[in-house]
Amino acid sequence: MIVKQVSVFLENKTGRLNEVTQLLGDAGLNLSAFTIADTSDFGILRLIVSDPDKAKEILKKNKFSVQTTEVILVKSPNRPGGLAKMLNLLQKEDVFIEYMYAFSNSEDTAVIVLRPTDLQKCMDVFQNHRGDFLVQEGQYLF
Amino acid sequence: MIWNEKIECASRSEMEAIQSERLIQTVKRVYHNNEGYRKKMQEKGLVPGDIKSVADLSKLPFTTKSDLRDGYPFGMFTVPMSEIVRVHASSGTTGKPTVVGYTRNDLQMWAEVVTRSLCMAGVHQNDIVQVAYGYGLFTGGLGLHYGTENLGATVIPISGGNTDKQILLMQDFGTTVIACTPSYALFLAETMKEMNIAPDSLKLRVGIFGAEPWSENMRREIEDKLKIKAIDIYGLSEVIGPGVSCECDHQCGMHVMEDHFIPEIIHPETLEPLPPGEKGELVFSTVTKEGMPILRYRTRDLTRLIYDQCECGRTLVRMEKCMGRSDDMLIIRGVNVFPSQIESVLLEMSETEPHYLLIIEREETLDVVNLLVEVQEQFFSDEIKQLESLRKKLTDKIQSTLGISVRVKLVEPKTIERTAGKAKRVIDNRKI
Repeated sequence: MIVKQVSVFLENKTGRLNEVTQLLGDAGLNLSAFTIADTSDFGILRLIVSDPDKAKEILKKNKFSVQTTEVILVKSPNRPGGLAKMLNLLQKEDVFIEYMYAFSNSEDTAVIVLRPTDLQKCMDVFQNHRGDFLVQEGQYLF
Repeated sequence: MIWNEKIECASRSEMEAIQSERLIQTVKRVYHNNEGYRKKMQEKGLVPGDIKSVADLSKLPFTTKSDLRDGYPFGMFTVPMSEIVRVHASSGTTGKPTVVGYTRNDLQMWAEVVTRSLCMAGVHQNDIVQVAYGYGLFTGGLGLHYGTENLGATVIPISGGNTDKQILLMQDFGTTVIACTPSYALFLAETMKEMNIAPDSLKLRVGIFGAEPWSENMRREIEDKLKIKAIDIYGLSEVIGPGVSCECDHQCGMHVMEDHFIPEIIHPETLEPLPPGEKGELVFSTVTKEGMPILRYRTRDLTRLIYDQCECGRTLVRMEKCMGRSDDMLIIRGVNVFPSQIESVLLEMSETEPHYLLIIEREETLDVVNLLVEVQEQFFSDEIKQLESLRKKLTDKIQSTLGISVRVKLVEPKTIERTAGKAKRVIDNRKI
């Protein structure tokens, strides 16, 4: 399924990440997954939260630069070669991935957040494939 | 040696007679040949006949940098383009530069005033002058170049930068005079020290330094480290370039070439002329320039004029080292920078007004500029490569607009402090 990921611009300074998580926690928003992409000066914090619109609003009010981006949630068997199988499929169909990160909340399945260059094309590939990679509404999150 | 003793040692009444005659001619010429000047004079109810001597100078309207911008590029010229043989340009307050034009006679006059300056500094025909000011649109390089040739000394037109080669040529060519910005002189000294080159092993004896403000402390440091006499030269392209004024070897103020450029000191707010000796904003009127004469140009430099006779024998009025600006212009590595130029670059790249902060530091001996830009929503992308490319685009664009390199750092939105709604744009941490 497609979900809204919240992206936050962060300078590389101590305490910044803490501030974001505190704000979201105080608002009762749960984090399912996050990752930080960093450069020498700044980073981008990417979050999967229970209510992305509300998270965006709160962070904006606190003067963070925030954006939401659509990403695809897929699942993969939590065993050797599980991810490779999915990536093989995407490679075969020529889907380019900008970035991805993963979390695992059960012993047998890992959830992967994917940001492909072409979101619709990637969704089509998954939907046309008999192996059901896509995470469905209500599955695994929160 | 005094290059033009008749002029440089003229009595005050002789000088005023020369200035008056030339001023009358210049006013006539600009009134008849330049619509902008004519309009401004008409607004004040002036006709050329109202200017009968240098005492009437203060009746004339001022010229400012914004007049030059309005006339961009060639609107301030008072001769047909066919008579203009060269143009130079300096920083404007926005993205567009300030353009100046010279006729053949203007270039001759310019060479003459630079030659006088070199003589004031104690340079003579047998000297080898390494011109390490930038050659190009900037007036520093070519200005010093032709003045040196006119004197009959040897010029090494090496231009700015390339420090190792500068030092190599100083050693191998036996350079006796170096012309560059004072901060670059210090950088050369530091580099030589690192290379274990003793200043005594060079033939260097005089430095002609300008294009940026420098203090007496810096002078002592340069003189001590390079074992030379450090001379201050002043100029601005709107008036001519380097050679508007220069110190003699008594180092007690810069002699103004006042037979060509008449100085005044005004109160920067009331704009009223101030009595001799008082500190205020320096204003120049050129009285011999043909291509782009300029009347009562507000330099924005703060200084005072000293009319006592100098021990060197010259009677030309002296101006003290400039003690600041009456506008927000910064001089960074000899380049004039207006915060508004940065604003215009940022505006080009986004719809809304960006918040930025310029922090200038002096690291070792060179100025380093950090530009913090707040990543507002319009700049923010979820992808690192886009933010990196934004930073690169900003860096390149600012470099090409300002003519200096800056380190662009993207910062969070609330980072830059707002004071009463308006952000502070510049922090200058340099101790000059």
